[in-house]
Amino acid sequence: MTRDQIKAAVQRTLGSIAPEADLSQIEPDVALRDQLDIDSMDFLNFAIGLHKELNVEIPEASYPELATLNGCIEYLTSALDVAIEAKERATVQS
Amino acid sequence: MPTLGADMSAGKLIAWRKKPGDSIKRGEIIADVETDKADIEVEVFTSGVIEKFLVQPGDKVPIGTVLAIIREEGKPLVAAPSEIRAAAPQPTEVSPPGRRLTSATRDEAARLRISPAAKKLASELGVDPSTVTGTGPAGRITRQDVERAAAAKSVQPIQPELAIGRQARMRQAIAAAMARSKREIPHYYLSTTIDMSRAMQWLAAENLKRPVENRLLYGVLLVKAVALALREVPELNSICTDGRATPSSEINVGVAISLRGGGLIAPALHNTDHQNIDDLMKKFLDLVKRARAGKLRSSEISDPTITVTSLGEEGVETVFGIIYPPQVALVGFGKIVERPWSEEGQIDSRPVVNATLSGDHRVSDGHRGALFLAAVDRLMQEPDKL
Repeated sequence: MTRDQIKAAVQRTLGSIAPEADLSQIEPDVALRDQLDIDSMDFLNFAIGLHKELNVEIPEASYPELATLNGCIEYLTSALDVAIEAKERATVQS
Repeated sequence: MPTLGADMSAGKLIAWRKKPGDSIKRGEIIADVETDKADIEVEVFTSGVIEKFLVQPGDKVPIGTVLAIIREEGKPLVAAPSEIRAAAPQPTEVSPPGRRLTSATRDEAARLRISPAAKKLASELGVDPSTVTGTGPAGRITRQDVERAAAAKSVQPIQPELAIGRQARMRQAIAAAMARSKREIPHYYLSTTIDMSRAMQWLAAENLKRPVENRLLYGVLLVKAVALALREVPELNSICTDGRATPSSEINVGVAISLRGGGLIAPALHNTDHQNIDDLMKKFLDLVKRARAGKLRSSEISDPTITVTSLGEEGVETVFGIIYPPQVALVGFGKIVERPWSEEGQIDSRPVVNATLSGDHRVSDGHRGALFLAAVDRLMQEPDKL
């Protein structure tokens, strides 16, 4: 999955949490909470949405890494790479 | 038009979702309504066949107005009322149970049921009592009915949608309800500090084991603790109408949800005390999402029996809330902060939260309020049992 595809997935998920927001105006390095006025409930819905959209497990300890749009893209790119590597290892071993 | 809270006097029908002749089941959505605070999905409280719509999309009508006639299953056809405001006794009105409203017909106008206090208020506010829908016993017009009618008049300028935006109308509605609360309810306030260390440790351990969709937030523990504590002090879970409080048979905690762009709404988590913590969390998340998307249901707005508000995420340490009529209590939670804590001669640092109770002195006193807060505290020390 490319970074652009991940970015689109993040924006889709944010759109379901804050449907009134103009997602094209999001500053990539500014906290999403501040830009979109989201609270812990919204954030949990956001994490659940990302999990459903990308099938990536997001530990609670990793939430701070999802604070900004760029943070989300970095974290999810890395998490997806790890998941693919793990899958490949499992395939080779079997 | 169902009663959707003390700060609502009228609603505008956006659209019908059914048509005359359609069968409809209890709990189904029949219409979408715009209020000053949000768009609401109106549910029906009986099963049957839709006979007739009495209000058309675009119409703004006061609460209590009959919107539609539904012929209940197995019951004969009944003539529909000839005008919107004439309530038919037999067909079921589209309004919540327990808040079913009646209105006077023109023939009855000459012998309106209205209390002297309400009549005096109507005269002061320039409200014609014959145009007011009574919500008291046997359709009696109460002071609240007159106030609502006066408020409805004030929010119906010639071009309301152009003259005033929803934010301003919401602010007006909240102001009216809060002014009424402060004017009529003798508030008392209590506060206690709750040690959250056990709850937070339990929560962290639980969330470590859970996939993201099953994780919990500490707010749901507080809401459940409030609901269980209300079983011990049930008078705080009452509805007060015309100065008379009636304990509610259900504990429906209304959770204050801030809306983006301003304002707030406090929809109910139905039967909060009977929900296990996982179900409650899922419903809480869903409620927040729908509240902010304008997808609440009428029963969620009309049914809260107490309100819980938390401003901790905004950094506030203590909340002194105003009771939302006709409820008789409001519970506030502040920010979880690390504080020195002394226990059995030892001092250490613990996460704590300030819990406050705003109580109605007509219904309870400080002693009972204190027992309630103590119960919340005690319940929070055993989070695994919530």
